[in-house]
Amino acid sequence: VTAAAVGGILLASVTLYAVLGGADFGGGLWDLLAGGDRRGRAPRRLIDESITPVWEANHVWLVFDLVIFWTAFPHAFAAVMTAAALPLWLALAGIVLRGAGFAFRKEARRLSLQRGLGAIFAFSSLLTPFFMGTVIGAIATGQIPADASHASLAAWTSATSLLTGFLFTGACGYLAAVYLAGEAARGGDRQLQAYFTRRAQAAGIVAGALSLAALAELHGSDPALYGRLTGRALPLVITAGLCGLAVLALLTAGWRNGVWGIGVRVIAALGVAAVIWGWGVAQYPVLLPGTAVTLSNAGAPHTTLVAIVWLSVAAVVLVGPSFALLFSLQERRLLHADDVGTVLATAPAGQAQPPAGASGRPPPPAAPPGVRAAVLGLVALGALVRALVRRRRGR
Amino acid sequence: MRFVDMVVAAAAQTGVEVVPARAQMATTLGFHIILACLGIALPTIVLLAEFIGLRRQDEVALVLARRWSQAMGVLVAVGAVTGTVLSFEMGLLWPGLMRQYGAVLGLPFGIEGLFFFLEAIFVGIYLYGWRRLPGWAHFWSGMPIAASGIFGAMSVIAVNSWMNQPGGFTASGGRIVSVNTWQVFFNHAAIYEMPHMILAAYMVSGFAVAGVYAAGILRGRRDRYHYTGFALGFVPAAVLTPFQIFVGDTAARAIASDQPVKFASMEYVARTSRDVPEWVGGVYVNGHTYAGLRIPYMDSLLAGFGPGTRVIGWDSVPAADRPPVVWLIHLCFDVMVGLGFLLLLAGLWAAWAWWRHRRLPPQRLFWLLGAVSGLAAIVAMECGWVVTEVGRQPWVVYRLQTTAAAATTNGGVIASLSFVIVLYAVLGAATVLILRMLARRWRRADAGEADVPYGPPPEPQDRSLGRAGL
Repeated sequence: VTAAAVGGILLASVTLYAVLGGADFGGGLWDLLAGGDRRGRAPRRLIDESITPVWEANHVWLVFDLVIFWTAFPHAFAAVMTAAALPLWLALAGIVLRGAGFAFRKEARRLSLQRGLGAIFAFSSLLTPFFMGTVIGAIATGQIPADASHASLAAWTSATSLLTGFLFTGACGYLAAVYLAGEAARGGDRQLQAYFTRRAQAAGIVAGALSLAALAELHGSDPALYGRLTGRALPLVITAGLCGLAVLALLTAGWRNGVWGIGVRVIAALGVAAVIWGWGVAQYPVLLPGTAVTLSNAGAPHTTLVAIVWLSVAAVVLVGPSFALLFSLQERRLLHADDVGTVLATAPAGQAQPPAGASGRPPPPAAPPGVRAAVLGLVALGALVRALVRRRRGR
Repeated sequence: MRFVDMVVAAAAQTGVEVVPARAQMATTLGFHIILACLGIALPTIVLLAEFIGLRRQDEVALVLARRWSQAMGVLVAVGAVTGTVLSFEMGLLWPGLMRQYGAVLGLPFGIEGLFFFLEAIFVGIYLYGWRRLPGWAHFWSGMPIAASGIFGAMSVIAVNSWMNQPGGFTASGGRIVSVNTWQVFFNHAAIYEMPHMILAAYMVSGFAVAGVYAAGILRGRRDRYHYTGFALGFVPAAVLTPFQIFVGDTAARAIASDQPVKFASMEYVARTSRDVPEWVGGVYVNGHTYAGLRIPYMDSLLAGFGPGTRVIGWDSVPAADRPPVVWLIHLCFDVMVGLGFLLLLAGLWAAWAWWRHRRLPPQRLFWLLGAVSGLAAIVAMECGWVVTEVGRQPWVVYRLQTTAAAATTNGGVIASLSFVIVLYAVLGAATVLILRMLARRWRRADAGEADVPYGPPPEPQDRSLGRAGL
């Protein structure tokens, strides 16, 4: 039971990486496809603003996934890291170049430099989801031997693996476009909203087609997995399809702010989550299909698994509210990418940052109630700590 | 030719990939550790500046805090991705280690993950909340970054110290059957490794900040902005230096009993004996120490407070269980200690001048010392890592698993190593260039329009920042 719970925890954090971190990579895809300096100015600016305050926090899910994987299932981890070494190195190169390119572009002022760094950011954003996808494809189709001692090219270059790679890239682009349409709508930019709505629809159709293609391919190449996906995991597969269709329908109906806008983004994320959980349910309790490695015999003692359960409880308690604060502040547009950094030189002149006030900090605009509560919470926390410090000093 | 044959034979013996794998781990860790130090301690220094700025209505301190935030944004991003590289490398380079001990050393890493989350989330709020969050709320949004930096560092050091003093688990038939998280986290070496590294992080960050402004002062930029920037970095780092020397001294004595062979390599103790001399500098080759300063009885005195203290030499273990390059360990140890005392001297000089004259020393030598203090702290910290890592060889987990057994069996590590060296060289250069570009931009902003009558006018962005600043 503990092993299954830890498996669920791992799958949940993989899902969170996919729907949060994946969207940041998808942003790179749209940055790449945004066209020339002039045409791509507005979408690039929105992508930059939306990703900046959150991408590092979203990225931590990957580190967390890796840690849970190697702690709870060390034998399977060693096997995957050995057999699929090459795509993992390439995905890692994507992570480094994406992060560095993005962070550097923000500070660059010259257009040529921005172009170069932006290209690095955008291209490398494709590498990571694609190669991660091929690794997942290799695991799902049983290409990772339990006692892998050498990297294998065939493991991750099967048709299914490559299709999974493209599916991951497409899904990242789909999520990013849906989220960005929401961001544009909240900024009141109807043109950008329509721009990303069209792209969300297109990416949704592509991702859906790739999923069906992967399923059809599995029917021929891996009937066992196909059977489980259309058997035990069928409800999740259907959920994924329904979510995709619902988002397409809602996007066609037009965008509204508020609960509606959040709802569309949640449904889109749920669709992607259902695909991941469909895979998990299909191969449960086997960890490396085609081998005898299951969730409960992958190398960690029971005490370690229990510790991971406690760790994830702590994560929910500590990290959950922090993420909620971060996202709510971003949702209320209180975090500004161009604040500490600088506005991209390609940004419209009229939208440049207004001169700062006397203390370098103009009076904050009237904040909506939710933010006021969050800010009040922070101030209250501060006051509490100060009061405690004073009391101790008083003694 | 004979030498090449020997190297090839040695490589074939120890597992072909262990040498490049170690080189790659050293490159990536050595690079990341600088950014990790800044990630741990720089937020505290920025918060200190913001606190003074808000408390005393000090414009200069506030501008410094804002600008350091911007630099921090770049450094945290590079640190986050280079840290991820290390996470991957744990599996890609050392699958043997993870297969055997992943379930043990993974738990402190998991705890570190929690603090990494908090750090990344509140970095997002703090860095990008400067304009819209009210002053003190913004300040408090930075406190979790400082706290999680310290706790995160403790967690990662827990892993490294566990590799030096493994414990807290029971194994049966080569399999781990139970793990005690508490004992793994607070293992025997954690007590001295954790404070040593956290203090090192604060010294690196503080002296690095101080170094930047000392260099500016040396170039004649003697204004309140530069003196404030210097003091905000220098004072905390200099105050912590004596504590660091005390912790380091304690750690060395603990290593003498916990890992005697590592200590023997640090101090050139070939044979277990009493009345052991201390070697300062010197290169040990084939039983002789060349060009070193020999202080009789000193090592015995340092190790056990008496000239007759018995110190265990590396002859206590077979040659195969000794670290490979003794002189590297010894020289790195000496450089670390020497630089530590140099930094202590700089702090004492400043303290004396402040006590006698209520000002920082006016001597050019002091500012030269200040300008190189950041670099010195970084070199000392890197040397310390060389001592602890190379000194543990040939073990990855002390006396339990050899590094060769942990290394990947995949070929081609040479390829990834070459790629990493090129990539990190570019990444490091780009980071420095971007930071220098920011500094140039800020200087132009401070100069304002009036000061550049014949030059091109500063860009609008700069003007607004400049007006906000000075």
